[in-house]
Amino acid sequence: MQRSPLVFALQLLVTLLAAAFLVVPAAQSILAGLTVNYFQGLRSGLTLDWVAQVWGLYAPTILRSILLALATLGVTLLIGVPAGWALARKPGRLSRLVEEVVTLPVAIPGLALALGLILAYGGIREFRASVAFILVGHVLYTLPFMLRSVMAVLAAIDVRTLEEGAASLGASPWQRFIQVVVPNARPGILAGSLMVVTLSIGEFNLTWMLHTPLTQTLPVGLADSYASMRLEIASAYTLVFFLMIVPLLIAIQIMGGEKRAKKRK
Amino acid sequence: MTDTPAPTGAAITLSGCGKTFPDGTCALEPLDLQITPGETIVLLGPSGCGKTTTLRIIAGLESPDAGGKVLFDGQDVTQLPIEKRNVGMVFQSYALFPNMSVIENVAYGLRVRGVAKKERLARAAEVLEMMRIDQLAERRIDQLSGGQRQRVALARALAVRPRVILLDEPLTALDAALRDHLRAEIDGLLRRLAITAIYVTHDQAEALALGDRIVVMRHGAIAQIGSPRDIYFRPADDFVASFVGVTNRLEGAVRGGRFETAAGSIAVAGPDRATASLAFRPETAVLCGAGDSGLRFRVEQVHFQGARQRVQLGAADGGRLVVEAAADAVLVVGDDVGLVLDPARFVLV
Repeated sequence: MQRSPLVFALQLLVTLLAAAFLVVPAAQSILAGLTVNYFQGLRSGLTLDWVAQVWGLYAPTILRSILLALATLGVTLLIGVPAGWALARKPGRLSRLVEEVVTLPVAIPGLALALGLILAYGGIREFRASVAFILVGHVLYTLPFMLRSVMAVLAAIDVRTLEEGAASLGASPWQRFIQVVVPNARPGILAGSLMVVTLSIGEFNLTWMLHTPLTQTLPVGLADSYASMRLEIASAYTLVFFLMIVPLLIAIQIMGGEKRAKKRK
Repeated sequence: MTDTPAPTGAAITLSGCGKTFPDGTCALEPLDLQITPGETIVLLGPSGCGKTTTLRIIAGLESPDAGGKVLFDGQDVTQLPIEKRNVGMVFQSYALFPNMSVIENVAYGLRVRGVAKKERLARAAEVLEMMRIDQLAERRIDQLSGGQRQRVALARALAVRPRVILLDEPLTALDAALRDHLRAEIDGLLRRLAITAIYVTHDQAEALALGDRIVVMRHGAIAQIGSPRDIYFRPADDFVASFVGVTNRLEGAVRGGRFETAAGSIAVAGPDRATASLAFRPETAVLCGAGDSGLRFRVEQVHFQGARQRVQLGAADGGRLVVEAAADAVLVVGDDVGLVLDPARFVLV
């Protein structure tokens, strides 16, 4: 197809403008975290002081977020993989209903979900004050992503027939689950895991309601720093956040790519 | 495995095994079936006839409705799940484990039985050798062709030396030439191992070639049980006759020891009947001159097939027959011919 240079130039321009519209704020934010004084701009010079200060102020928060994300992952794996397996084995109206109910927390605003948790369990002081309270919220919110990811891969590999094959060879239900179901569901479990970890690290709505001053997470700390610190510190905070979340996103991309490559073969 | 004694097959008895699914559909009416040790029995029928349900009840993947019993060597196994029945099973989709190599797949049954790694791999290698696929041992499942997968599935089922092997349409997913080849291979293998085999298929050619006995099924019930020859030459009813091979039918009546139809009459044994139909296979009839037999037809089409000719005949009442003729017989479309039927090889129903 013949392409007119003018049309191509226009397309390029629109694309570049759209990209710039999205990239400029990010770049500005990063720069703000690295300049000595944001209001004087780059003339004031570049520094890593703000990043160091963020680390000094919020290191426990960052650590807590990471541990929380890993704990959320652990719980969603323990619940999500067996549950996905059980639902995939017996497709029917009841399975559909369970799936819908589990997915509900994604549709309900995080604030409402948090309010519900506080009303129901806020009276139990130790629980309310601990990170476990936030963990419950994160599990409610991320579980459907793990569940769906596992169910999708189990449906694709026809897990019922595989299990019947293993059973015909004498494998008990537990052996079938560990030796046949889980290894073959691995791509789905991995994709679900990365999803859960990134969602948990970035979750704000729920966590903002559920946290206490002693149980802040990364995004809540970010809001806190925007509200109460210099803009440079808040921006440096964003930078730290970027550095943590981007490798995870790249990992998701790579794994998605691997799956496609396998299919082509 | 070649130098170890062949596993002895189990005798299987089904008594009153029916199956009604939760939604109320009756997949299988209560049926009784005796399978002798070492026998190859083929369950044959169109889709939805209950043959796969019967196989799954024997396997332990479905439980029969209350009152049904499955016995292996006289022992009631109705309540045992499949993993406790020591059966080998080959699935239509093979159900090979994609996370394991070929040899790991074949060794899996031994692995869950707690056989040490070295021994189970050695035994799996023996089975692969017996199936002549030892060169595939380290391959991944997605690197195998359909025919190779089929052999691996069979090897995996046999590696645990089961008392019974159950095959659920094992050749359906393959192309025609490969199907014939593997059918002969499976037949040889089952006879060599003297294992009890239950083979489900909708393909009558497979059933006739493999079965010691064939169970023809229809609408969840047994239509006929018999040897391949019985089923082919003495079908119990119209359904069996038309499902197993090409069948010709002449409509008419029996009067005074003769079957009378639009094309003429021939001598038959049996009492008078106002309506009767005579069924026979294409290859059992012999063409002759128009006046040389009591039956007379017109040649409508002739297909030369190399070794034989396939001839379509028309009767005066519009009925059509297909018969075979020698390759060198001279047949002209529009001519009249006679037909000689062997009384031992037709049935009057």
